[in-house]
Amino acid sequence: MPDVQSTVVEFVNKLRKRKIEGSQATAKYTVELLRSVISHQRVPHANQAAALIDAVKAVGEQLIAANPVELAVGNVVRRVLHIIREEDLSLTTAAMGGLDLLDASDDDDVDNCKGIGFPAMSAAVVAAAARSTLRPPSLQTLLEGTPESATVPYTSSSGADSESKTADKSSLTRKLKHDVIEGVNQLIQEIAGCHEQIAEQAIEHIHQNEVILTLGSSRTVLEFLCAAKEKKRSFRVFVAEGAPRYQGHLLAKELVARGLQTTVITDSAVFAMISRVNMVIIGAHAVMANGGVIGPVGVNMAALAAQKHAVPFVVLAGSHKLCPLYPHNPEVLLNELRSPSELLDFGEFSDCLDFGAGSGSLQVVNPTFDYVPPNLVSLFITDTGGHNPSYMYRLIADYYSADDLVM
Amino acid sequence: MASRKKRAAKISEDSEEEQSRRQRLQAILLADSFATKLLPLTLERPNVLLPLVNVPMIDYTLAWLESAGIEEVFVFCSMQVIDYLNNSDWYSHKDFTVKTIESPQNSTSAGDALRYIYEQQIETSQIQGDFVLVNGCIVSNMPLTQLIQEHRDRKKKDEKAIMTMVIRQSLITDHQLFIAVNPLTKQLLYYDEDNICFDKSLLDRNPSVLLCSDMQDCYIDICSLEVLSLFVDNFDYQHMRCDFVEGVLADDIIGYKIFTHEISSCYASRIENFRSYDMVSKDIIQRRTFPYVPDMKFSGNRTLKLERQGIYKASDATQLPSAHVGASYVIGHATNIGSGTKILNSVIGNGCSIGSNVVIQGSYIWNNVTVEDGCEIRNAIVCDEVKVCAGAIVKPGVVLSFKVVVGRDFVVPAYSQVSLLRQPMEEDSDEENLLSGVDLQMESKLGLDGAGYIWRQACEDEWKHSVPPIPKDKLAEIIKAIDDDDTDDESVVTTSGDANTSINNDLFDFEREVDGTFLRAVEENIVADLAVLEINSLRLSYNMESAHCAGAIFYSMMKLAVSTPHSSINDLYRNASSIITRWKGLLGFYVKKSDEQIEVISRLEEMCEESAHELGTLFAHILRYMYEEENDLLQEVAILRWSDEKAGADESDKVYLKQCEPFITWLKETSDDEDG
Repeated sequence: MPDVQSTVVEFVNKLRKRKIEGSQATAKYTVELLRSVISHQRVPHANQAAALIDAVKAVGEQLIAANPVELAVGNVVRRVLHIIREEDLSLTTAAMGGLDLLDASDDDDVDNCKGIGFPAMSAAVVAAAARSTLRPPSLQTLLEGTPESATVPYTSSSGADSESKTADKSSLTRKLKHDVIEGVNQLIQEIAGCHEQIAEQAIEHIHQNEVILTLGSSRTVLEFLCAAKEKKRSFRVFVAEGAPRYQGHLLAKELVARGLQTTVITDSAVFAMISRVNMVIIGAHAVMANGGVIGPVGVNMAALAAQKHAVPFVVLAGSHKLCPLYPHNPEVLLNELRSPSELLDFGEFSDCLDFGAGSGSLQVVNPTFDYVPPNLVSLFITDTGGHNPSYMYRLIADYYSADDLVM
Repeated sequence: MASRKKRAAKISEDSEEEQSRRQRLQAILLADSFATKLLPLTLERPNVLLPLVNVPMIDYTLAWLESAGIEEVFVFCSMQVIDYLNNSDWYSHKDFTVKTIESPQNSTSAGDALRYIYEQQIETSQIQGDFVLVNGCIVSNMPLTQLIQEHRDRKKKDEKAIMTMVIRQSLITDHQLFIAVNPLTKQLLYYDEDNICFDKSLLDRNPSVLLCSDMQDCYIDICSLEVLSLFVDNFDYQHMRCDFVEGVLADDIIGYKIFTHEISSCYASRIENFRSYDMVSKDIIQRRTFPYVPDMKFSGNRTLKLERQGIYKASDATQLPSAHVGASYVIGHATNIGSGTKILNSVIGNGCSIGSNVVIQGSYIWNNVTVEDGCEIRNAIVCDEVKVCAGAIVKPGVVLSFKVVVGRDFVVPAYSQVSLLRQPMEEDSDEENLLSGVDLQMESKLGLDGAGYIWRQACEDEWKHSVPPIPKDKLAEIIKAIDDDDTDDESVVTTSGDANTSINNDLFDFEREVDGTFLRAVEENIVADLAVLEINSLRLSYNMESAHCAGAIFYSMMKLAVSTPHSSINDLYRNASSIITRWKGLLGFYVKKSDEQIEVISRLEEMCEESAHELGTLFAHILRYMYEEENDLLQEVAILRWSDEKAGADESDKVYLKQCEPFITWLKETSDDEDG
């Protein structure tokens, strides 16, 4: 435990000082950290799930407080909590006696249906399997609880099931922890593989001789465009540079290195160029529960320009970016003001920056993010496929349990 | 260096490289307050513990060092700082070790501190190689690892490159610093804090020199171990800058080199006086120091919430709705603000209570301060647990030190510094006396129930170093001074022809010095040879020719003669001749050539013109005396050349030539005879 504690402190420090940037990297670190927290957590005989939940929550709160702007941390913490709850539920129901499961769980909410559907399997594994096989996922299959894939797990587990009634608590404990860790491993894989999952769909969206506009730099967008290029699609990319950090320059460099036709434009030229563009693709920092997007500063402008010219505005987001919170929640800190020296070097204008000097003062505001309301987004592409903004809440309900929304 | 070679012999190149890569990144933080600029506050609390936007300054420095990739930092500090660090969480970091070195009683400067560290270094060798030397309270967010690597690479190529100094552009009016840098190699060539005056050979040796007056020194240095040993070798080095840097630059025998690194997009600034305290606080509020801003938790601080217009507010601070707060303002935890209060551009600490109808503008209120109703505080620093009673007014530039009480309706005059401790007198540094507390006579100084002493101001230009913005008229003065300086600089640097004024100034100074030396020699009755030595050293330091010396000495001699009381012209002649006789050894040393003798004659002429009725009549006599009696102090060649030169001059110039015409004709005749 002590070494876990010190890694937690270390990670918290890094988050505070904004040493880890990018939601994928943050999500990866967070989930790995939580896995080691769970594996080191000593579980009491009674109520093991609660102990795990408490441990994860305690660490999670520290992490969220360390960088409230990086929503991916909170998302991953809530995902892990959800995994624990699901595993616990599936185990207890299994222990209560396998056969009358479905009746007993009728009053449970919809989320848990699929977990109960395959009692002996690790619920999250099943859920993940369901998600990947069901692309595009249909609400119907989930609601009706009659999945085609149900044939996969059932055969082997039904025998073992009845015995687990009599199995002693300790093995049950070990099983819970084991299952949870398995579920978390699944999540790690999912986060690591989200770029490929999203990029696989590129071919369906990018067509021959199209012009794509993107803004700022996003690894997901890079992989997405390159995947289309590898499938021999020929298209052109406009990159808005993304002032003041100019990450668009880096993206453009990478794209050119991989042989794409790339043009760099200033952010302010987006409106002028949009009429030649067939599709706007951007990477999100976070996707809120209402389908609104938090992205690099300037994105809202691009979205409005796209709407004006009826250009599809497509947002790429790995599932770890889906946030169960709503943007109008005052507790959610959506933006971060960075150092003004990214705009103005120290020294330039320093005479007017010294605002004590009587005559008016120059204030420099350097926000990091922008908010795009859901009605401007045409399509979300996540690792589970393409979705409408209005469908986001549904996806989120799959991933998170309502108990964890308020930490 | 010896050990380095030994190591190189033992192991191959590659592994040495690896070793240097694995070398821990270390830093030395000199956290002792050697400067007196922040008095009276630093009497009671070391400067690194003073709060800067509600966080002790040392936390900014340590947080920065930690995130800049430093793995081990040695904090050279006093006991109070060690106590603070023991209670903080700085020791619990995994990849960042903080070690304290308690400063010994007798260390009074950075030089002493580094020598002390070197002594310890011999025993423990805790500093393994290049290190970052941070001098005082620095707020920064610059990355260091790459800079250290650059320094190491440079050191590998050039053994003499012992230091890299971080500089940045800054306001001109802020300070005076002149540096010259080689723009290609970034080598520092010249560094001076108040005036610019460098050797012309600097320009000869370097094809291009970049001369800057708008740079600010960040007091962050990447040093090699040689720096420490240099401090030990030169035990009189006190300050990092005016002794060490200037010493290294002036000394071209060992040939150590200092390089500079200019930062532009990141922030680094040092707090030296109240003015820079104000500037850095504002930079922090404006988020230049990101991520070390009040709404981030970067050390033990509790975070505040950022609201519109740059207002930072603690969640548990209460503020009545009728209170008016303006832009750029920070309010700490558990602080109450009354109704009708106006607060602008200020920082209020934790646990303060501000009454109603108070005006606070551009001020820094620290923790647990009580400000009663109707007070007015502008551009002031108010320390912990100060109480400002109702109706009191604190004028701009005031510093109220710890626990001071300002009485009812009292007006604290502008730029005054108030402390519970008495100002340490220069003559008695008696510590007990300092701590004797409040006495009755002093209480009245701060109003009815006030407590504290108003300190006497040491220097005139306190407006330069204190919190309020520089008054407009002063600003105009500075700008004018800078403009003047610029023209001066041009004349010195560019052409020697225009440099007459400055040479004349030098000459004037030189003559005054010579005069002083001569009078002292007369008073103390020094042997002529010793006086020669003294004058010679003056001559070297002013870079004068011996003709100038001769002229100056002769001038002083004659002045002495004239100023000695005398009743008649004859008396004066006797005085003059006796002085000449007495000091002929001195004068004779400098008048060996005829050029120098002519200089003496023309000086005599000048003086005679000045006091025509006294000395004027004696011109010929003195000339003759110096020729005949005193063993050819003046030789006939010189006198004849002087008369030849004068022959072509205006009539008015010829007064003295005519006066000594008989003497000169006689001289001519005798020389003709000799020739014959």
